[in-house]
Amino acid sequence: MDIHEYQAKEILQSFGVTIPRGGIVYSPETAENKAREIGGSKWVVKAQIHSGARGKAGGVIVCNSPLEVAQATDKLLGKKLVTNQTGPEGKIVNRIYIEEATDIEKELYLGLVFDRASESIMVVASTEGGMSVEEIAKEKPDSIIRSKIEVAVGIQGFQARELAFGLGIEPELIRRASETIMGCAKAFSELDATMVEVNPLVISKQKQILALDCKMSFDNNAMFRRDKVSELRDKTQEDEKEVYASDRGLNYVSLDGNIGNIINGAGLAMASMDMIKLAGGEPANFLDVGGGATPEKIVKAFKLITMDKKVKVILVNIFAGINRCDWVAQGIVQALEKIEIKVPLVIRLAGTNVEKGNKILRESRLNYIEANTLEDAANKAVAALK
Amino acid sequence: MAVIIEKNTKIIIQGFTGKMGTFHSEEMIKYGSNVVGGVTPGKGGQKHLDRPVFNTVKEAVKHTGATASILFVPPAFAADSAMEAADAGIKTCVAIVDGIPSHDMIRIKRYMRRYSRNEKMTLVGPNCAGIISPGKSMLGIMPGHIYKEGRVGIISRSGTLGYEAAEQMKNLGIGISTSVGIGGDPINGSSFRDIIEKFETDEETDAILMIGEIGGPQEVAAGEFAKENMKKPVIGYIAGLTAPKGRVMGHAGAIVSAYGESAIEKVEILKECGVIISKNPSVMGDTVKSVLEKM
Repeated sequence: MDIHEYQAKEILQSFGVTIPRGGIVYSPETAENKAREIGGSKWVVKAQIHSGARGKAGGVIVCNSPLEVAQATDKLLGKKLVTNQTGPEGKIVNRIYIEEATDIEKELYLGLVFDRASESIMVVASTEGGMSVEEIAKEKPDSIIRSKIEVAVGIQGFQARELAFGLGIEPELIRRASETIMGCAKAFSELDATMVEVNPLVISKQKQILALDCKMSFDNNAMFRRDKVSELRDKTQEDEKEVYASDRGLNYVSLDGNIGNIINGAGLAMASMDMIKLAGGEPANFLDVGGGATPEKIVKAFKLITMDKKVKVILVNIFAGINRCDWVAQGIVQALEKIEIKVPLVIRLAGTNVEKGNKILRESRLNYIEANTLEDAANKAVAALK
Repeated sequence: MAVIIEKNTKIIIQGFTGKMGTFHSEEMIKYGSNVVGGVTPGKGGQKHLDRPVFNTVKEAVKHTGATASILFVPPAFAADSAMEAADAGIKTCVAIVDGIPSHDMIRIKRYMRRYSRNEKMTLVGPNCAGIISPGKSMLGIMPGHIYKEGRVGIISRSGTLGYEAAEQMKNLGIGISTSVGIGGDPINGSSFRDIIEKFETDEETDAILMIGEIGGPQEVAAGEFAKENMKKPVIGYIAGLTAPKGRVMGHAGAIVSAYGESAIEKVEILKECGVIISKNPSVMGDTVKSVLEKM
């Protein structure tokens, strides 16, 4: 689960990280007042969407008066911002963060991630702040320093100091820099985060260490014990169909192609998508209805796929083990009594009682194309596009 | 003797009396697995499926001599249950449950470092289908009858894709020595490399099929291990060619977030390691067949 910049900043502030003065607004009318409340003579108006690279997309505006702040807020609110991370449809701006402008002396990078190879938390830092970590890795790989956190004891002071000295921070600021790094590490561990990124972490001309932009992501599997974090979810930032799916216990990812698919199991779903691609088609989605493929889940899956106007063919691929193909076939027949399908439908069943399952489908009033193997199913789905 | 579990391996079920635990215990018993009892805290002393229920894993081990367990407990309690099994001297523990927080998995693995290599429990999963040695024992939730007895080892992250492979092989007359589902989470109890190493020394296994997917460094680590240390052929398939970068594809671990984690990159590296790649998921069985014919 992702959260907004301002939410991440509030969290990190509570762990001892210093952030510039700022506040959130939902309307241009309140923006002017908020700017005066924050004080100073220069402000940054920042569109709050779940994406990085907002600056390049016009989502960050520097203003020199409270009136300009109001105008910038008015310009951004309700707009769809397209960045290199949002996809062509962009993300809607419903919240604006207004922040005092910072006199930047130096920009640094600080990130924390799960390192799957060492099965621990890795702190990654660089003197090249402001660029994405991918760009840093490509262009200035030597600037990257890493430190592995032993999760049993948490980050230690010496690790934070080593990182801070490694970033070339001057001696009188080392203590604040270490506290900042340790605060981020504590937030990561204590809130079931999967990613914390402060980019840039800046040293201001006034010799403050400030988190200028922050990002945090959390483990969906841990939200049951993180009430306060899960309240920060903003569904307006997620794909409508993906929200519909996750609310109904389906694993769904919206893609750009036109072959909709309904599959049981994540691995089999990825494999089926690959077969569609190899057959010359493009999948419209990833959809895993769960290993069991219960009739209820199949009904929900068909409802979801038919919501997607891009879909020109539907491919159903179910491997029925303990749940037998005949039972799955009955579920499909029942589902399609309730939902009208206007596009060609290809069904491939495999596993236990496959003959019985196919017999049930053939004897139903369903208008569909039967397929036997994964490859056969993909070829028939692509052929049905024409 | 099969790898990891044997015909007579004594199995206990953690979360025995729940709906999931009951259903899959019955399936395992029907298959012929030696289920000797189970654990549900607070229900100790009762009988369930004609087998004793214990309050703790330690008691269950003491009274039954069990060496293997399988977890059917909710995600919030799974880490606790896995550590309890390790502490009670269980040798093999399979965690079926999907949804264990990653921070909990790291905790389990750190906890298990207290045991020496010989004493250490093999944890398989979470978010997996479990282990089956066809004709011998099933410690999992897979449909047992789709696995023909034979001499090919399977390791798969995905449950249903592993079933697909087993059925393709069965249709070609190829049997399986042991199939291990290691699960779709970012951090798991046993890696591809851990299991592939066991297969290399298993007298009942001639070749290994490794079914991986996008995300994480594990498939590559196993490939590099195979290149250096293995004599038996390894066949591989990586799912997720069409998966976009940065999106979680169902499995919590199926996300491309770093260099070398996409399907194309993994396939290239595995080829360099001498792994024979199944060009698509529809020909996993055929690829295994052609490798066996050349042996």
